[in-house]
Amino acid sequence: MKRNIASALAGMVFGFGLALAGMTHPEKVLGFLDVAGTWDASLLFVLGGAVCVTLITFRFILKLHKPLLAEQFVITKDVQIDRPLIVGAALFGVGWGISGYCPGPAVALIATPNWELWAFLPAAIVGGVAEKYFAFHHTPEPEIKQDAAIVENASESSCG
Amino acid sequence: MTLTSFLPALIGGILIGTAASLLLWLNGRLAGISGILWRSFFAKPGDALWRVLFLIGVVAGAALYYGMFNDAPVAREHFPAWLLILSGLLVGYGTSLGNGCTSGHGVCGLGRLSLRSLVATVIFLSVAIVTTFMVRHIFGVLS
Repeated sequence: MKRNIASALAGMVFGFGLALAGMTHPEKVLGFLDVAGTWDASLLFVLGGAVCVTLITFRFILKLHKPLLAEQFVITKDVQIDRPLIVGAALFGVGWGISGYCPGPAVALIATPNWELWAFLPAAIVGGVAEKYFAFHHTPEPEIKQDAAIVENASESSCG
Repeated sequence: MTLTSFLPALIGGILIGTAASLLLWLNGRLAGISGILWRSFFAKPGDALWRVLFLIGVVAGAALYYGMFNDAPVAREHFPAWLLILSGLLVGYGTSLGNGCTSGHGVCGLGRLSLRSLVATVIFLSVAIVTTFMVRHIFGVLS
């Protein structure tokens, strides 16, 4: 129960922060990505501010034996710079650069009557769920055992 | 750029970092929106509710802000719907394949000094910059 409340509370702070930061305004995001236009540097402060906090807090949090309300930290041990990481990040970059939406702001936009989200978010869910579905149902054949480690790592890494 | 544009961005960023810290400290989970969202469709019983509650929290937090400041974004007039759908498919598929988006790789991954996340963040930021340039200045899509 406490864990569920903690989760909702963290989500609320996250959503409030996204909205305050202007991340839910795609024109603003594209104004930041469009370095050849009238560049809007303000979003640099969003990522900068967020990473400054996590750089400090994560150091202390990850030294704890376990989280306050749960049994263990669920964090990927994955360290490989592999093809799925590179291709995935690149495809995400193309999508983000087209519309100015990444997943967090798209979820936060449910709070508004903006119809754009109803074109973007269902498509994003189809894309994300289709990839996960394909990954789960594409278990490696026994004879390509050397690739198994990579597939295993990819299955529950749950970073972002 | 004025104080009024970068101060909300900075405070918003600090709140996002604080939220990620809370989720990790209390529940031991990384606040990566794409992972939380896509995996909620496949989560085992007991692993689904916190995901849904976190996402509802994101919506509620944004609603609270818009209620206080009346700053909700409106849809763009000339931005084609098919581009939104294409963009959504790419964002969904890409963040699932690459295991992270702006929050998972950017905010959380960089925070825990993950080289994988640094590489991902550099790639998606650079590709997004090139894409925005092409969409706006070569194909001339208004937004």
